[in-house]
Parts: sequence; C-alpha cells; structure tokens
Amino acid sequence: MNRSLRPLMATVIIFAIAYAAAVMQFPGLLSTRVLGNFLTDNAFLGITAVGMTFVILSGGIDLSVGAVIGFTGVLVAVLISSLGLHPLVAFAIALVVAALFGAAMGFAIHYLQVPAFIVTLAGMFLARGGASVITQDSVPINHAFYSYLSSLYFRLPGGGRLSFVGLLMVAVFIVGAIVAHRTRFGSYVYALGGNTTSASLMGVPVARTTIQIYMLSSVLAGLAGIVFSLYTSAGYPLAAVGVELDAIGAVVIGGTLLTGGYGFVFGTFVGVMLLGLVQTYIIFDGTLSSWWTKIVIGFLLFLFIVLQRLVFAASSRGDRAPQKA
Amino acid sequence: MNRLAFGRLVNTQTVALVGVLLLNWLLFPGFFKIEWQDGRLFGSLIDVLNRGAPVAILAIGMTAVIATKGVDLSVGAVMAMAGAVAATLVVAGYPTALAIVAALAVGLLCGLWNGILVALLDIQPIIATLVLMVAGRGIAQLITEGSIVTFSDPALIFIGTGSLFGFPMPVVIAFTLLVLVTLAVRKTAIGLFIEAVGVNRSAATLAGIRSRLLLIVVYALSGLCAAIAGLIVTADIHGADANNAGLWLELDAILAAVIGGTSLLGGRFSIAMSVVGALIIQAMNTGILVSGFPPEFNLVVKAGMITLILVIQSPFSSQFMNWLGRRNRGAAR
Repeated sequence: MNRSLRPLMATVIIFAIAYAAAVMQFPGLLSTRVLGNFLTDNAFLGITAVGMTFVILSGGIDLSVGAVIGFTGVLVAVLISSLGLHPLVAFAIALVVAALFGAAMGFAIHYLQVPAFIVTLAGMFLARGGASVITQDSVPINHAFYSYLSSLYFRLPGGGRLSFVGLLMVAVFIVGAIVAHRTRFGSYVYALGGNTTSASLMGVPVARTTIQIYMLSSVLAGLAGIVFSLYTSAGYPLAAVGVELDAIGAVVIGGTLLTGGYGFVFGTFVGVMLLGLVQTYIIFDGTLSSWWTKIVIGFLLFLFIVLQRLVFAASSRGDRAPQKA
Repeated sequence: MNRLAFGRLVNTQTVALVGVLLLNWLLFPGFFKIEWQDGRLFGSLIDVLNRGAPVAILAIGMTAVIATKGVDLSVGAVMAMAGAVAATLVVAGYPTALAIVAALAVGLLCGLWNGILVALLDIQPIIATLVLMVAGRGIAQLITEGSIVTFSDPALIFIGTGSLFGFPMPVVIAFTLLVLVTLAVRKTAIGLFIEAVGVNRSAATLAGIRSRLLLIVVYALSGLCAAIAGLIVTADIHGADANNAGLWLELDAILAAVIGGTSLLGGRFSIAMSVVGALIIQAMNTGILVSGFPPEFNLVVKAGMITLILVIQSPFSSQFMNWLGRRNRGAAR
C-alpha cells in the first residue's frame, strides 16, 4: 500500500472500529435516521473544515472561521428580517462580504509578512466584534423560503432524512476534493505547504494563491454560517464560538499535517464524522456529561498526532540522521 | 549609562502604552486620578494594572515559549484546571497552602506534558498544546463536576483581592514574577539558550545546548504561570468556573507577546515588553469601559489596534519608510 495513505487509512480504520463498537452497544446507531442526522448536525462544521483543510495544507491556519460563521449568520438574519431582502440576495451579500474579508486576511498575511495565526486572530476579533456591533440579540428569521430550505430533505430507506444542508456538506466535500487533488490551484496549495520558497521559485503565484486560500476558507465559513442559520432559523453573534478548534481538530484527526503539504480532503470528512460520532455516542449513552466530549476529542487528537509522528518517523528514517539531544 | 537605560525605555511599545493611556485620559478626564483609601491605592490606572495582571503573568511564560519558536495554546484551560483544583480542595476542607501547592503542581504537570510532547515526541507546539486546550477544560469540569465551586477561604481570596504595600495582590505577584524571570533570563545564560533554540534548534543542539531539557523547562514555566494566573482569577471571583475561567486568555497572552515585539518565528524576545503589551491590551479594555463606549466595540477596537501594530512592525512599512527617506533626501538634493 502507498505509504502516504497510511495516516488516512488509520483514521478510516479507527472510525470503523469506533463506529462498530458504538453500534454493538447501541444498535440504533446503525439506522439511516442517525446517519442522516450525522450529516445534518455536522453540516456547518464539515463545510468549515473543508476550507480549513486548504488553509492547513498550505501551511497556514485560520482562527477566524468560527467568528465568520457568527458574523454571516447575524448579517443574513438582519438582511432578511430587518431589511426584508430575499434570502438568496442576503446569501449572495453575505458570501461576498466573507470573500472580501478572507481576501483582506490573505493580503495581510502575504504582503505584511505577518504569521497567519496573528492575522486570523485579529480577523476573529473583528468578525466577532462586528457581529455584536450589528446586534447583541439572537435575531429570528421568519421567511417562507427559509422554512422551505430547512425542511427540504430526501427520505432514505429506514425512515432517515437526508436534509438539504447535509447534502450541501457532501457536495462541498466532493468539490473540495476535486479542487484539492485535480486542479492547478490545488497543486499550488500543496506546493505552498511543502515549501513556500521553492514553490515561488517553481513559478507558483504565491501572492494570488495565498489570497485565494483565505478567501476560500472565509467563503466556506460564510456558507457554514448560512447553513448554521438555516439549522437554527436565527442569527446570533455568539454562535459557533470555538468551531475553529473543532475544524482544526477534524482536519488533524483526518490525517492532514499541520506543517502543510500533506493531507486529503476525504480525511477531513472522516475526521468530522468521528467528532460527530463522539457527540452522538455521548448523547446516546445519557449518563456521560457533555464535558467528556472535550476530553475524548482531546485524547483522539493526541492519539492521531502520535500516530502520524510514528508513521512519518518510520517512513523518513532512512534519509534523516538520527536526532540525539 | 543612565541615558542608555532611559533610551531603552522609549520604544514603540511604551509609546503605544502612553498613547493609549493619554487617549483614555482624553475620553475620561479622571483616568489618572489615584486615591489612597483603606491602606491601598485606588484608581483607573491601578485598575489597569490589577485587571491586566493575569494576562501579564500568562505573557511572561508565553514569551519564553514563543521565543523557542513555539506557542502554548493550553494556558487558558490550565488556568481553569488550576482554579478548579484549588477551589475543590479548599471546599473539601484541606488547608489553603496545600490547595495552592496542588494548583501550582497541576500547572507544572500540564506544562511538563506539553514540553514532553514538543521536545521528546517532536510534535509541532501548536498541535501539542491544542490537545490540552481542548481536553483541559473538560478535565476542569470533571474536577468541579460541572458546577461553579464557590468558596470563602480568606487566605485564598487574598491572592485575588488583597493588597500588599498599597498595591493589589495580583499586581505584586505579577511584578515579582516579572523580576524573577527577567533576572533568570538576562543575568544567566538561559535567555541566550532560549534564543539559540528559537533561531535554530538543530544548531543549538549541535552547539551543546540541551535543547530538549530547555524546551521542557520553558513549557513547564508557562504551565506554572498559567496556574498562578488561574489562582488569581479564581480567587478574584471567589469561585472556580471551569467554563469561563481564562477563556480565550491564551490569545490575549500571545497577542501581548506579539505587541511586545517578540517574534513568532522565534529568537527575539523581551519579557518586560510583553508585560507592557498585556497592559496595552488592558488599558484599551478599561478605556472602552470607563469612557462609556458600548463594550461590543471592544473586540473591534482590539482588531483595529492589532492591525495597526502589525502594519507598523511589518517589513513592508519599514521598506516604505526607507523609500520615503530616500525620496526626501533626493528632494533635498
């Protein structure tokens, strides 16, 4: 088997084992109802995580996504409820705003040569602050089109529902995978993550690609914000606090290296599903408190990091001198 | 010599701090008024120092970590854990001293864990500490069993709200820590070692520095600082809130270090300037509050401030200044 696929295989195997173990205990977990809800409940996280995968593949990080989700949710809610715009118009405006926001961050990262960590941190403050400046309250969205979209679903055999937002997430993953692995932009992203200097010497347009990567991440976070507002039928400035950590966690568990240059979009999908499984299991169990989610996710992160470490140490043993401190 | 010492005090950070304070003064005329009451000082300036102390303490540890080309995302969660341990032990009837020692030990242990992941397993710091950032808050909730543990132990409360020599206790603790750590890194070779590891770890190791041990020590220091900050925050509100104690303070601490001119790429660092950075952040927060702006603007102003500082510090702006200088000289000729 191809050595570079090992971390991905490890993720898939661990998900399969975890899912099988959970099904042994709660046979209900195998139903299409639960699977459908898996997709619906994690749709906003999954869409965000696709953007995060690109950012991390390029060797960067985007801490602003959670705040962008909150901001677009509020923006859409206010545009629809207060200004009476059609949801589709509001969506377009929100996505354009998110794109400009991401472009500005990419611009700052490339041209001011500031670490992405700090720029997106400022972006997080700006988006979260901007959302609370617009409104402090939860803004409900009452629009016929909105309720139509959020109640749109296909019935699966077994009574499960494949909702519109769940399908949207799957579509974003498929498009994301094609873009990452089959387009020029995708190979630029991998090249940047491998080594920025050699990428630029090879003729990769570093400035344009960096700006595009952060635009993509912000647009997907904006889309996630729209999905989140569909999911809750409201916009709230403090929505999705800390989702950036879940997204980063899903990407890392999915086998993408945080140093960039290595990883798969499909791995992120498994990562998101694994996070969803942990949450669903804890809900099914009923006796475990919600804080166990955090501890288990932390443990999973640790497990995968060490696993990656071992796999990569094994595969590069030949060409690297042994390190002795 | 004196002039040299004075000259070192005048730099971007102190000018920015003075600027923010003056701006606060313009918005709120009573800003510089300090009163002596009940054997301690009161006033907005003291408030800035007092409220800024936890982030300043975090920034002390964070600066050392960042100087080694690392970052410690777990400090907020460690604060929550340390607070939870101290509060739970005090409520269970253990002596205060034991509770404090246990809290500090938890911080040290967390720091060692991070350090071992980074130094021995060669995991990128941002990910290694992310583990504890995510899990730590869950563990803190496990300790407090999901509730806010309140206590009324006077000795523990003294750490957060007491005063020594007229200054609030958090300020005294932060200042003592600043002096101790500064002496340790500037009067011994440790500071040089930290810079060497931050610039190039392999080169430092080859030059004979025990970089693994150094990294572990630096992360342990950060964990210890976080535990101290956690104790202060917990003592201040007379309770351990596992959900909110130290929430997002890791970001403020990193920001303080960056504002203080510490390079995220490792090597260059100044602990005193990071503390000034923490005070700048707090001065902005306090300024927004006392001048009557809605607190929602806090984050927006903070974002604006970061952007401004980043633009000033960026190589782009120094190139621009060079270009301006050349053009002026050209015009004069």
